[in-house]
Amino acid sequence: MGTKKTPKKKISPKKKYAISSWKRVEIARHPRRPMMLDYVASCFDDFIELHGDRHIGDDGAMPAGLIRVDGIKCVVIGHEKGRGTDEKLKRNFGSAGPEGYRKALRMMKIAEKFKLPVISIIDTPGAYPGVEAEERNIAESIAYNLREMMLLRTQIIAIVIGEGGSGGALGIGVADRVMMMENSYYSVISPEGCAAILWKDRKYAPDAANAMRLDAKNLKRLGIIDRIIREPSKGAHTNPSLASKNLKDSILDGIKELSSVPIDQLLEQRYKKYRAMGEFIG
Amino acid sequence: MPIFNKPAFKGSGEKKRDMPEGLWQKCSGCGEVIHELELKKNLRVCPQCNFHFTLNSQERIESITDPGTFEETEKKIKSVDALEFKGYKDKLIKYQKITGLQEAIVTGRAKIIGHSVVLGVMDFRFLGASMGSVVGEKITRAIELATEEKSAIIIVSASGGARMHEGILSLMQMAKTSGALALLDRAGLPFISVLTHPTTGGVTASFATLGDIILAEPGCMIGFAGPRVIKETTHQDLPDGFQTAEFMHEHGLVDIIVERRELREKLASILGYLLT
Ligand SMILES: [Zn+2]
Repeated sequence: MGTKKTPKKKISPKKKYAISSWKRVEIARHPRRPMMLDYVASCFDDFIELHGDRHIGDDGAMPAGLIRVDGIKCVVIGHEKGRGTDEKLKRNFGSAGPEGYRKALRMMKIAEKFKLPVISIIDTPGAYPGVEAEERNIAESIAYNLREMMLLRTQIIAIVIGEGGSGGALGIGVADRVMMMENSYYSVISPEGCAAILWKDRKYAPDAANAMRLDAKNLKRLGIIDRIIREPSKGAHTNPSLASKNLKDSILDGIKELSSVPIDQLLEQRYKKYRAMGEFIG
Repeated sequence: MPIFNKPAFKGSGEKKRDMPEGLWQKCSGCGEVIHELELKKNLRVCPQCNFHFTLNSQERIESITDPGTFEETEKKIKSVDALEFKGYKDKLIKYQKITGLQEAIVTGRAKIIGHSVVLGVMDFRFLGASMGSVVGEKITRAIELATEEKSAIIIVSASGGARMHEGILSLMQMAKTSGALALLDRAGLPFISVLTHPTTGGVTASFATLGDIILAEPGCMIGFAGPRVIKETTHQDLPDGFQTAEFMHEHGLVDIIVERRELREKLASILGYLLT
């Protein structure tokens, strides 16, 4: 259409952007990047981990439990990728299955019952694509969370700390405040997946990352997220304690803002926010 | 019988189907060659092996609603290329031409054997009925209309999943549609979800699996991740009939597998229980 093949002018800034956008994905996946349990240890106190979905099992990719943030009692849920081979296997590389999403919802219901804010820490390449996951209706476990989170009667803060992989991220991501660390990404499909489908080759992943505008700045501009959390200039892994401090401050700000809003009003705002997402004519 | 190798729509492109007489279709189920008129008469189900060919939205609407009762809603809503995604605008125009539709879903009010419902029918011909902003918005408006009019909603799904060309906006349609269903649910109104070939990805992981009652057509594909992705990621062997309606029925997702010719009556009898 209007963007047929216009010469140089357009190409150079786009190319430049492609690199920086892809770089964010690379930083988001950096092996030394702080993960959920790193932040749980550094930002929060008195973590009591709780286990199990009460039906099938306990998903190591989705730790959850009770924590305090500066003395404020909260429920935390999130994806943990694990570091080192054993831990990675135990955590399934951060890809949760239906047991994980159902456990997360169970914890959120606890939060609702005892009036505790929910802190949801997102870091997943995507929900687990496996035979058992399909057999236990992983799609339904995500869908049900989306529906129930929309009307959960307590404050929800979600933070993408690394990879915000598609439905697996959104499945614990419906929130009053959605934040992203500066070098995280949040996307409908992995750049590799998008490249493979549209251009038949995963090597175009950087172009796909650019085309989908999956970085924090673009998502803030699109009205999908509420806040970008600053990172040390070369990424959270270069100064984890600074990254951790920024994350904690942002969470505390979020809790403060939300706790003054009456719950019915909060739910109305939450619904309206998601209701307005999407761009179209008519 | 092979359950679903290739989506049936591939063998039955629009051009062919619009030809008047003397056209023969090969069944992907049994290989039988069937006359177009016979197929049409039989709701596009193979008389030999019961293979269900894909229906387009108009055929589906005609097959389940009382004649003359369907009133289309939200006809004017149109997609935009919000991310300036390479090639997206051209694709939209192409599929609008091929299908004569604005987008991948048709919504409206209708009656099913006398029961008033709001109905949404996805049309797989339109970019694989992927869910972008318009599909999400139309579904949401349909759900809200049902909530407002205290009516039931029925959505007939068929979708390749989220629409990549709209990036994060398409992902958020999952939250938006599921949120609208939360309000419908709290209002005590019924949602019957009908899954047809194929229902996958972000559509399966949002409104499509949130039905109070979930029906599926025989042999249709229902899944979250694609079989190839599962194989490549896990190196697992896929069990026989994996991700078919029958498989998902066995694993507790699907309430009833319903033959196409029985769908209209089945919907009406269920509505008879759920509507006051
Ligand atoms: Zn046949």
